[in-house]
Amino acid sequence: MIQLDSVSVEKNGSPILTDVSLCFGQGGITALIGPNGAGKSTLLHTIAGLTSPVRGQVMVEGLDMVRARPEQRARHVALLAQNESVTARLTVRDLVEFGRWPHHRGRPREIDRVKVAEALGTFDLDGLADRRLDALSGGQRQRAFVAMAWAQETSWLLLDEPLSALDPRHARDIMDRLHALTRPGAGQRSVVIVLHDLSVAARYADRIVALKDGRLVTSGPRVLAMTGAMLSDLFGTRLAVERVAGRDVVLPA
Amino acid sequence: MKTWAIALLVLALLVGASCLVGVVDLFGTSLDGLMVLAVSRLPRTFAALLAGAGLALAGVVVQMSVQNRLVEPGLVGTPESAMLGLLLVTLAAPGAALIVKMSVAAGTALIGTSGFLWLARHVPRRDPVLLPLIGLIYGGIIGAAVLWLAWTTDLVQYVGVWQSGEFSGVLQGRYELLWIVAGVAGLLWLAADRITLLGLGEDAARSLGLDYRQTLLIGLILVAVIVSVVVVSVGSIPFVGLVVPNIVSRWRGDNLRRNLPLVAWLGGCTVLGCDIIGRLIRYPYEIPAGTVFAVLGAGLFLWLLHAAPRRANG
Amino acid sequence: MADRRLLILGLVLAAVSALFLLWNLRAPVGFILGLRLTKLAALCAVGTAIGTATVLFQTIAANRLLTPGIVGFDALFVFIQTMLVLGLGGLGYAALPSLAQFGVETLTLVAAAMALFGVLLRRGADDILRMILTGVILGVLLRGLAGLAQRLLDPSEFAIVQQASFATFGAVDRTQLAIAGPILILSFAAALRLARLLDLAALGRATALPLGLDFDRVVFVTLGLVALLVAVSTALVGPITFLGLLAASLAHAILPTWRHDRLLPGAALIGATILVSGQFVFERLLGLQSTLTVIVEFLGGLLFLLLVLRRPRP
Repeated sequence: MIQLDSVSVEKNGSPILTDVSLCFGQGGITALIGPNGAGKSTLLHTIAGLTSPVRGQVMVEGLDMVRARPEQRARHVALLAQNESVTARLTVRDLVEFGRWPHHRGRPREIDRVKVAEALGTFDLDGLADRRLDALSGGQRQRAFVAMAWAQETSWLLLDEPLSALDPRHARDIMDRLHALTRPGAGQRSVVIVLHDLSVAARYADRIVALKDGRLVTSGPRVLAMTGAMLSDLFGTRLAVERVAGRDVVLPA
Repeated sequence: MKTWAIALLVLALLVGASCLVGVVDLFGTSLDGLMVLAVSRLPRTFAALLAGAGLALAGVVVQMSVQNRLVEPGLVGTPESAMLGLLLVTLAAPGAALIVKMSVAAGTALIGTSGFLWLARHVPRRDPVLLPLIGLIYGGIIGAAVLWLAWTTDLVQYVGVWQSGEFSGVLQGRYELLWIVAGVAGLLWLAADRITLLGLGEDAARSLGLDYRQTLLIGLILVAVIVSVVVVSVGSIPFVGLVVPNIVSRWRGDNLRRNLPLVAWLGGCTVLGCDIIGRLIRYPYEIPAGTVFAVLGAGLFLWLLHAAPRRANG
Repeated sequence: MADRRLLILGLVLAAVSALFLLWNLRAPVGFILGLRLTKLAALCAVGTAIGTATVLFQTIAANRLLTPGIVGFDALFVFIQTMLVLGLGGLGYAALPSLAQFGVETLTLVAAAMALFGVLLRRGADDILRMILTGVILGVLLRGLAGLAQRLLDPSEFAIVQQASFATFGAVDRTQLAIAGPILILSFAAALRLARLLDLAALGRATALPLGLDFDRVVFVTLGLVALLVAVSTALVGPITFLGLLAASLAHAILPTWRHDRLLPGAALIGATILVSGQFVFERLLGLQSTLTVIVEFLGGLLFLLLVLRRPRP
C-alpha cells in the first residue's frame, strides 16, 4: 500500500506539490496523468524516497520512505527515471544485474543470477544480453532499463514516461508485458506509470491519479475516475472518452 | 584469462626495459649494477607505474561522477587546486614534512574538484563538449591564481616542476609517498560497483539504494588524494585520466568490477612506456614523461573527440 | 533606447579618456601627453579588439560563456615567444626589430587559427563547440611543448619569456601600434558590415540555413576576423583571456538588443572603457603598475563562474 499524507514538496522555494494525500493498495497498473509541469515526476521521486517533502509523510508497505535507509527503500520501490542520455557502455546483462544491487550490494550470489536470467527472459532480452547498451535501438534500450527495474524485485515499480521515445510497436510491447505481469496471480507486483498518451492509459490502467499544478485532482478506479469532464478540466481542452470496438479511447470532443 | 596473461607479459617487458634503459650500463664496469637498480631504476619504474595507474583511476571516477567521458582531473582544476594548496603551505610553513604538504594539497584539491562538480550541475548534459570547456576555464582560473601567487612570491620554478610530470628525479627514499596510490586503488576496486552506478546518473543510482552524495564524496576524496600525491612526488601528467579510461571503455565496456584493474594496468603501462620513450628520444638527455604523454595524449584525445559518435556522448 | 545607451557609452569612454590624459598633467606637457596618448590608443585598440572579437565568437558558438581567448591563442603566443628566444638567444631576441617580431607573431597566430578553422569547418559548421575544444586541446599541447622548450633555456632567457608571456600595457611600441591600429579599424569595419548576417546566424544553423544564409561561409569569415582581432591585440600587449567575457556580457546586459550593429560597437566601447578606467585607477590613483590585467582577469573569471551558476539547472 502506498500512503501519502498531506505531502508538500518545494524546489528552490517554489512549491511543486501542494498538500497531496493519496492512498492505494497493491495490484495492477496505476497511471499518473496530468499536463506538463503538473508535478508527476516529482510525485514519483517522492514516493520512491528520492525527494524529501517539506511537509507530510510517505509510507510504502509500512516503511517511512523519508527516513528509510537507501538500501531499505530500494528493496521496497524501484524507480525508472526519464533518462535523457545513457553514457554507460554496459552490456544488457550487466545493467540488469545492477538491478539486483540493493540485494547483493556488490557481491552477486546464485539467487541474483537466477533473478537476472528471469528478468532477461521476462522482457525477451535473452538474445541481446551480451550486447552493449550503446549498440541497441531506443526501444531495446528502454526494455533493458525496465528489466533492470523489474529485477530489483520490489513490490512497487515506478516508471517515469517509459514510452516517450518509443514507436507504437515497442510502446505496446512494454505495456502488454507490464499488464500481464501485474494481473492477480502473476505475483505481488504493482506498477505506477506516468503516461502522456491518454488512450494508452484508458487501455491499460486499473487506476488513475490525476495531478494539476502540483495538486491532486482525482484518484480512483479508471472506469469511474477517467471521464470526459475530468480530462477536459485537467488539460484545459475539450476531451471525451468514447468506446470504440469495445475499448475506451480518448478523443478531442 | 588470455587478456590477463597478455597484460602481465606487457607489464613484465616494460619493467624489464625500464630497468635496462639509462645512462649507466647495468652490466658495465665501475658502478654496482644492483645498487643502481635498487636506488634508481626500480623506484623510477614503480613511480611511473603507480602514477599512471592512479591518474587513470582518478579519471574514471571523475568521468563517472559527471557522466561525461571528455573530462579528467587535469581538465577540471584538480591539479591546479592541489598546487594552490602546496603553494600556500610552502609559504606558511616552508619546513613542513612532505606528508603534511600533500595532505593540505589533497584538501584544496578536494575543494577545487567539488567546486567543479557544483558547476557541472548547472551545465546542460545534451552538450557533452561544453563541460570540458567549462572545466578548462575553471582550471585556468585556479591556475592563473597559482601562477600569480607564485610570480609575486618568486616560486614560479616550483610550479613548473609540479606542472610537468617527470621521473628522472625519482630515487629510493624520494618517491615512497606514491605507494599511497596503491592503497587508494585497492579501495576503489572495492567500491567499483558503486562507481559504475554513479555513471548511471543520480536518479538511477539512488533508486537502486546507493547513498549518492556519500559515494560521490568518497570518490572525490580518493581522486584528490591520488592527484595530490602525484603532483607532490612527480608532477602532474595531463591526459592520462582521459585517454586510458576511454580506451578501456571502448574495448571492454564500463563494468568496473571487471575493468578497473585493466584501467590501472593500462595507465601504468602507458606512463612507464612514455617515460622509457622520453629517456630514449634524446639519449643521453631526458624528456619528461609528462611532455611525451601530453603530445601522444592530445593526439589521442582529438581522435576520441572526432571519431566518437555524438549519440554516445563522446 | 539602444542608440541612446550607445551614445552614453561613447560619452563615458570620452570622459574617462580625457581624465586619463589630463589628470595631474605636468611639464613637459607635450612629452607626457604624447606618452599618455600612445598608451590610451593601445588601451582603446585592445579593448575594442577583444570586445568585438568576443561578441562575434559568442554569436558563432551560440554560447555566452565562451571567449576566443580559450582557443589556445595564449598558448600559441607563449610558444612563439619561447621559440623566438630559443632560436635567437636572449640577446638576439632583444635585438629583433619590434616590427619584425610583431609581424611574425601576428602572421603565425592568424595562420594557425585559419588553418584550424579551415580544416575543421570543411566538415560543416554544425558542431562548433567540438571545434573550439579541439583548439583548446591543441593549446594544451602547445603549452606542453613550450614548457619543454623552456627547460632548454638559461635562467635569464627564461625570465625574458616569462616577462613576454604576461600582458602589460607598460611598454607599447609606437611602430607596432601604427600597424595594429589600421588593421583593427579595418577588421572592425568588416565586422560591422557582417552585422546583418550575424543577426540571422545567431538564430542557429538549423534556422538560418533554410532562410537562405550561407551559414558556413559566415562562420568562416567571422572566425577569420576573430583570429585577426585577437592576434593583433595579443601581439600588441600579450594574452588576455577574460576581458572579452566582461565586455560582451556587459554589452548584452546594457544593450537589450539582438542587433549586431549595436552590440559590436557597444562591446568595443565597453572593452575600451574597462581598460582605460582600470588603468587610470590603478596607475594614476593607486600608483600600481602591473595589477590591471590581473584584476581584469580575476573579475572576468568571477563573472564566468557567476554566468555558469545563473543558468537554470537542466
